[in-house]
Amino acid sequence: MLKLTWRNVIRHPLRASLTVLGMAVAVLAFALLRTMVAAWYAGVEAASPARLVTRNAISLTFRLPLAYLLRIQALPGIVGVAYGSWFGGVYIDERHFFPQFAVDVPRYFEIYPEYVIPENPKLSFFQDRRGCAAGRQLAARYGWRLGDPIILRGTVYPGEYRFILRAIYTGREPTTDEGRFFFHWDYLNESLKKTAPDRADQVGWFLVKVARPELAPTLAEEVDALFKNSLAETLTETEAAFALGFVSMTEAILMAIQVVSWVVIGVILVVLANTMAMSARERLGEYAVLKTMGFRPRHLAGLILGESLILALAGGIVGLSLTFPAVHLFRTALGQYFRVFPLTWGTLTLGLGVALGVGVLAALLPAWRAARVSTAAALRKVG
Amino acid sequence: MTRESAPVSPAPLVEISHLYKSYRRGSQDLVILQDISLTIASGEFLALMGPSGSGKTTLLNLIAGLDAPDKGHLIVKGIDITRLTEAQLASWRAREVGFIFQFYYLIPVLTAFENVELPLLLTPLNRRERQEHVDLALELVGLSDRRQHYPSQLSGGQQQRVAIARALITDPSIIAADEPTGDLDRQSANDVLNLLSRLNQEFNKTIILVTHDPEAASHAARIRRLIKGQLLDENDRRQT
Repeated sequence: MLKLTWRNVIRHPLRASLTVLGMAVAVLAFALLRTMVAAWYAGVEAASPARLVTRNAISLTFRLPLAYLLRIQALPGIVGVAYGSWFGGVYIDERHFFPQFAVDVPRYFEIYPEYVIPENPKLSFFQDRRGCAAGRQLAARYGWRLGDPIILRGTVYPGEYRFILRAIYTGREPTTDEGRFFFHWDYLNESLKKTAPDRADQVGWFLVKVARPELAPTLAEEVDALFKNSLAETLTETEAAFALGFVSMTEAILMAIQVVSWVVIGVILVVLANTMAMSARERLGEYAVLKTMGFRPRHLAGLILGESLILALAGGIVGLSLTFPAVHLFRTALGQYFRVFPLTWGTLTLGLGVALGVGVLAALLPAWRAARVSTAAALRKVG
Repeated sequence: MTRESAPVSPAPLVEISHLYKSYRRGSQDLVILQDISLTIASGEFLALMGPSGSGKTTLLNLIAGLDAPDKGHLIVKGIDITRLTEAQLASWRAREVGFIFQFYYLIPVLTAFENVELPLLLTPLNRRERQEHVDLALELVGLSDRRQHYPSQLSGGQQQRVAIARALITDPSIIAADEPTGDLDRQSANDVLNLLSRLNQEFNKTIILVTHDPEAASHAARIRRLIKGQLLDENDRRQT
């Protein structure tokens, strides 16, 4: 029966090839769209439950006084506090976007062990106020090497800022963003003291490390309580919730992407079901003859299901194989938009599962029809 | 002209009594068979003749368990097959009936060997045993040298001989042949009919041949005629 199933698959080579190709394209599109969604959630995935982010309660665009640092640090259960600001400078021109952060070096990197920097460059970066650190992908994108000068033109903080690349970090996890650019907050603050003193000594957010994850909700409330009724009230939330806040801004787009990914699968399901229905209809006489020999409805259903599964699985495997180079292409060509583009086992397994599911669903109706076919009627029809 | 067949067993293989069959076409009931009573002995070569639409194929399908009658009894080898479930009928067909059709109905993607082997896949025989059986059946129909050929590489007559080998392979009690020569030239038709006669005479196979060709029917030991769903008396020689 397996032999017959396989021969049926290759009976119409062009039809089978086109079906497999269609399935492959659908699974590739599905896997890419799912990876895109995963990329959106990469920040949430990478978040630590033991880290809190404290920002201005009004909005992230409003800053907080640096003076809050000592009060937050003093709360029991908090084992580390760092701070940072979004810089938003321009490198070369606006098309060369990458995220830039002025951070509290070295404490920021103590709280973020995911950013791995070798000891010597780390020391060099920590000691040089104009030093900066770039992620491996970012450095590779521009061919930066340690010691290279990098000039950014500030937009949020107008002026020209000159840096020396002192360190290149790598991500400890696959979801760690290797496309970021960090420099000393002190360097920014000193510049601001000269050019815009009213904006000095302010930070975009505090990054708070708590002793144990279960303390996070209580400590978040305690931090916010410290600054209740002040001029700059705070909103403290877990790092995951903070990242999710960004994701929720684009929730409609994400939802659309997810819907499209399933629509693609729906379309290929209809295509494969049509192929299987066509094949089954053509072979009605053969199924009737098999029935005369004593083959039962389950045998016929098995033939159709097997054929459908082989086509779907072949398409799925080809599609998933193509996903690897496609993801690589996305990472290299669109790296500035998708710095983390994680092709996970989950996505691959889902892609394969979807292919199998499509194979089964596409075979259901033709298999049911073949199983129910009246032998005498089918023989009359084809005769 | 009818030819004497091998001595038949007195025990009836097929006993049909007062069989009725009709099909529904839209709101109308089309009566296909009316009050058919017939006995077929084991080892008999019977031809069912009749014009198109006379119900001969329907009667053959009923005897072979492919269709169910509306009314009446149909006993084959002591089993009333009208009382069998679909699954029981499938097993029964696999054991007791071999089919030969006008258009051969070979599976085009399988070789002659594989086509003949198909019915054996439902038996507990292992691969080597199946191969022995198939080789024997192909030798019997004179196609040993065509075992690896696909149906499209065989002539009509050769394809029908493969179909006969497939019908024989499980050593069934009945061979049901529905217009087996209808699509063949005279020479190939004669080859096929001679082969059926040989199976009947040498191997004592019970053969029920449906045909409207008098020359084909002449190979049978007995001819029964059907007109408008009714079986004529054995002595009734009305032209069909």
